[in-house]
Amino acid sequence: MQKDTVSWRILKDKIFKGFVILLSFVSILPLLFILFYIVKNGITSINWEFLTHLPKHIGEAGGGISNALVGTGILLIISCILAVPLGILAGIYLSEHRKGRLSYLTRLCVEVLQGIPSIVIGIIAYLWVVLSMGTFSALSGGVALGIMMLPVIVRTTEETLKLVPFELKEASLALGVPYHRTILKVILPAAMSGIVTGILLSVARVTGETAPLLFTAFGSPFMNFNIFKPISALPLLIFNYATSPYPEWHSIAWGASFVLVIFVLILNIITKLVTKRWKVQF
Amino acid sequence: MSIQSLSKAGRSELFFQGVLYLSACFLVVLVFAIFLSLLVHSIPSINEFGVGFLFGKIWDPVFGLFGALPFLVGTLLTSFLALLISIPFSLSISIFLGEYFTEGTFSSVLKSAIEILAGIPSIIYGFWGLFVLVPLIRSLQIKLGIMPYGVGIFTASLILFIMIIPYSASIGREVVQLVPSEFKEAAFSLGATRFEVIRKVILPYARSGILAGILLALGRALGETMAVTMVIGNVNVIPDSIFSPANTMASVIANEFAEAMENLHLSSLVQIGLLLFVVTMIVNIIGRHIVKKMSVES
Repeated sequence: MQKDTVSWRILKDKIFKGFVILLSFVSILPLLFILFYIVKNGITSINWEFLTHLPKHIGEAGGGISNALVGTGILLIISCILAVPLGILAGIYLSEHRKGRLSYLTRLCVEVLQGIPSIVIGIIAYLWVVLSMGTFSALSGGVALGIMMLPVIVRTTEETLKLVPFELKEASLALGVPYHRTILKVILPAAMSGIVTGILLSVARVTGETAPLLFTAFGSPFMNFNIFKPISALPLLIFNYATSPYPEWHSIAWGASFVLVIFVLILNIITKLVTKRWKVQF
Repeated sequence: MSIQSLSKAGRSELFFQGVLYLSACFLVVLVFAIFLSLLVHSIPSINEFGVGFLFGKIWDPVFGLFGALPFLVGTLLTSFLALLISIPFSLSISIFLGEYFTEGTFSSVLKSAIEILAGIPSIIYGFWGLFVLVPLIRSLQIKLGIMPYGVGIFTASLILFIMIIPYSASIGREVVQLVPSEFKEAAFSLGATRFEVIRKVILPYARSGILAGILLALGRALGETMAVTMVIGNVNVIPDSIFSPANTMASVIANEFAEAMENLHLSSLVQIGLLLFVVTMIVNIIGRHIVKKMSVES
């Protein structure tokens, strides 16, 4: 009975452990590859002109991505204006009414919203905004991104507010402070770091989204500040340039990818620092 | 305090409560409105093709023929192939982080790597796939003697597999950690090795949670658009092998929606969106339900 001896069992244990460690680290190899290629191909195209100039015509050297940077900024501002107040208010409702039919339904809907594929959100923004306005626009792209931000903001707000101790609220109410002032002036400030984290996370989530912008913001080779006109965005520019047949455009796409990845990574790091530093500790 | 100011406070109180209530209602209305809009705009295509939409093999906008079968096959093939490849990896990470190295440098390195993997935008995966993975696959196909497309179902699955690892791994880690230590200690005290504990105690206990993680990863894979669109080849026919180019439900929407001029074409694309919405919703709700049930039980 070779199979049952203790040494065989220990050997099996060791082999398994080695296997687990090997597979775990093999699965982060693609990440290293991706980061390596982005940095290798992207860093050479980054310079001041790249960040501050408009793209040039095919065949002309140089050119930049300033329209996409501005576009992404405008889209993010629109989506934050739409999603942040609503998300925080809904989060407050959920943490104040932990049980109840509406809370249950709202939580379910937040889950559903989080799972909706981004391309479907794009269709919705097209049907609601683009069709009724008759043109692709920055506004419709902002609506699409705003819908995608909502679930993250609602959930983080709800979860942070739940961590705020009940005594704080009791103390405020006992002093005769009205309920709404208690929430706005006592509970919300105490939970601010968590809420900010949620907003940053949601921004990080939507900055790289391309699918919902394909037929809403649509992209534009010009600098545009009008929210009722088509607008460019970093991920859209990467998509259009990467799938084009021109090598000059490919290198611009690598540069834009580098900028996008760095931006998303920095957002993630800031989020981590915020949660570590100002974690709700009571 | 005078009666007047009290009643004023009461009014702003009511106002505040009302605003909270409305914003919660808004989320519910939003989801229903999304569903209804998709449904209403699918009606022309539902009327025209009925159930046959799902089984139609031909998608030809020029002749106004719209059958979604090629995309259903494409989506199912890429998603399940990606899941199949990812399971050993995500399971290993779950066990690694949940049992072998719950803290320390090793685990925090792996954990941050997984987080970054989840944070990288899908367009970057697609771009990288197009310029690095596709040439690799092409040279592999030349060696194997198949048509060297480079793009296709297999390439898309490879990209998807990398993208969905974080989803199943993070839930897998949580449920592996949820296994009560009494169970593990009991098995250890009977002389079981770590491997035996993992196989006979941890995995059976965490089974449904691991399944839930896989379901959530599936939900993600089904709806993934950009990365797949860039490497799948975008051909509207049923693929005849896993190396042939194809199209998925999400990628056909991405490719054709902006150019869809005719009402029927647009409506058919919206109907594919509706299908995606319903399927991912079901997969997600089941997955989250299992996770919630597990964490409540322990």
